[in-house]
Amino acid sequence: MDNILLSVQDLKVYFIGNERVARALDGVSYEVSKGETVCLVGESGCGKTVSALTILRIIPQPPGKIMGGKVLFNGQNLLDLSKEEMQKIRGNHIAMVFQEPMTSLNPVFTVEDQIQEAITVHEMVDEREVHQRCIQLLKDVGIPSPEGRLKDYPHQLSGGQRQRVMIAMALACDPDLMIADEPTTALDVTIQAQILNLFQELQQKRQMSLLYITHDLGVVANIADRIYVMYAGIIVEQGDASNIFHNPCHPYTQGLLTSLPSRAKRGSKLHSIPGTVPDPAHKPGGCPFHPRCDFAIQACGTEFPRVCDYGEGHLSRCPVLYENKVPKVPKMT
Amino acid sequence: MTNNTILKVEGLKKYFPVRRGFFQKLIGWIKAVDGVDFEIYKGKTLGLVGESGCGKSTTGMLILKLLEPDEGTIIYQDQDIIGLSQDEMKPLRKEMQIIFQDPFGSLNPRMTVGQSIEEGLRALGVKGHVDRKTRVSNLLEMVGIGPSTADFYPHEFSGGQRQRIGIARALSVKPSLIICDEPVSALDVSIQSQIINLLKELQAQLGLSYLFISHDLTVVGYISDTVAVMYLGHIMEYAPADELYDNPLHPYTLALLSAIPTPDPDDRHELKALAGDVPSPFNPPPGCRFQGRCPLVEARCREEEIELYKVNEEHTVRCWKVIR
Repeated sequence: MDNILLSVQDLKVYFIGNERVARALDGVSYEVSKGETVCLVGESGCGKTVSALTILRIIPQPPGKIMGGKVLFNGQNLLDLSKEEMQKIRGNHIAMVFQEPMTSLNPVFTVEDQIQEAITVHEMVDEREVHQRCIQLLKDVGIPSPEGRLKDYPHQLSGGQRQRVMIAMALACDPDLMIADEPTTALDVTIQAQILNLFQELQQKRQMSLLYITHDLGVVANIADRIYVMYAGIIVEQGDASNIFHNPCHPYTQGLLTSLPSRAKRGSKLHSIPGTVPDPAHKPGGCPFHPRCDFAIQACGTEFPRVCDYGEGHLSRCPVLYENKVPKVPKMT
Repeated sequence: MTNNTILKVEGLKKYFPVRRGFFQKLIGWIKAVDGVDFEIYKGKTLGLVGESGCGKSTTGMLILKLLEPDEGTIIYQDQDIIGLSQDEMKPLRKEMQIIFQDPFGSLNPRMTVGQSIEEGLRALGVKGHVDRKTRVSNLLEMVGIGPSTADFYPHEFSGGQRQRIGIARALSVKPSLIICDEPVSALDVSIQSQIINLLKELQAQLGLSYLFISHDLTVVGYISDTVAVMYLGHIMEYAPADELYDNPLHPYTLALLSAIPTPDPDDRHELKALAGDVPSPFNPPPGCRFQGRCPLVEARCREEEIELYKVNEEHTVRCWKVIR
């Protein structure tokens, strides 16, 4: 299909220390089509951020090491590119927005300096035009009176505005793919709603693809076309939004959905997944989820789970549920 | 004050002075908590919700007198504690405990978990090494991490387990009231539900009362009996949880509720975002605190202080536009 913009194939990234090897990504594959919003969901340490950093080749090496796999962007393997070629991709074609806008903005430069830099690194444009474009970008991301804000330093902006500036920087060269790594986690709900609306508006206007990384299932349900659920360095389930939320076929996805608190569940005990997320250096053999899984059978501890196809692109790595046709979880209220 | 009330707060105020320049001239006040009233009932949970900077954590600190309140009354079981000195507060410290948000920052990395929990017992005056050791084991058992872990150091635990240790520490002195300051905000979804369940179980088992401070309306809606919505130092709406979620009145409560994305792809409503940012509590304008972002704002909102109106016996709201 030529509609596919980004295709990550069997990506393996390990972090190698003196005594231990953390297998952050253990064979991860996913795809983003043009104009699509794809969500990577998972808890801390599951490898979702590492996979994004690997796409842009900005994981620290060493200790990180890409052990195998491909990152195809428009058919080109980004892992084969030279440093200079990669530099042309970053920002120009793939841009990234990080979680903490205060640490990703440079505190000693003004907003204009920082947006300007993003433009001039990639394009030869004269100063006047750059200035005009900075104003236009700030307007696009909904910052009121952008002319006045250009000379502000990051500390003079609120958290929501800082995140808007980060988005403006990411948009500076009109990327084809925007990677957003937990962009609203540090923000208040009302501000989060503003930023989410902004993403959707920008995406429609610019026909941009969005790879959105988050742990918040509420946000996912609101924006995702397709979802990949990650656990301990592998993708355990993938499918479109309604499949994942209404017909989850992996015990981990089911567990995540049923453990969400809601007012409707008041008075009853919340379902919870026992145990904790495994240390990436000491992952259990077989299915990494089996020590916490209610459905685990003996084979789960020894065999790496195969992919089971439920049709319509809905895949899950749990043969136990697939073969036993275990009852579905009740619909979320 | 009824017999069922464990804590009653009235007109609580805390202003922080802002000084600037060589002579440290006073240039204004940050009105962090500006006249807050609420009641916590025995064995029940009061949820205090609001966005960052609204004064919810300051309120928690004031109740424990970790910060000295400027005005108001705090009545803990028929005793006004506002004027008490730190020495006089000491016996009450056993009654009121706090659980912090960040389980990494709130445990001493150089003390074993056992020592950390024992510290509280020593302050309580539990004599005898063996007695204290058994108490520690019991506490660790109670929070679900097993007594054998008493000799481990905090870094050997995950975030969720550390939060359990924080809870064990708070429980060590047998308190009646626990102030939970964003206890699950730093935790992963699957761990969050474990801790919420634990807090609920302990409440049922020990008859604890909670002041549950959080920015997350879904968690608060699940765990609380009564909810107070706070904005810039004021309580905007105060009602039993069911009433508040079924019949929210204040434009700010409505905005908060409609800004939460629901975990259901079929229910994709456009998130109604409030315009603007949370304003700073530094020298707030006269009138309603919410005036700058309110869709219903009128001249009167800018001119006079808006009082809390009674909707019914249990439901109050600080907005004159929405009352019938």
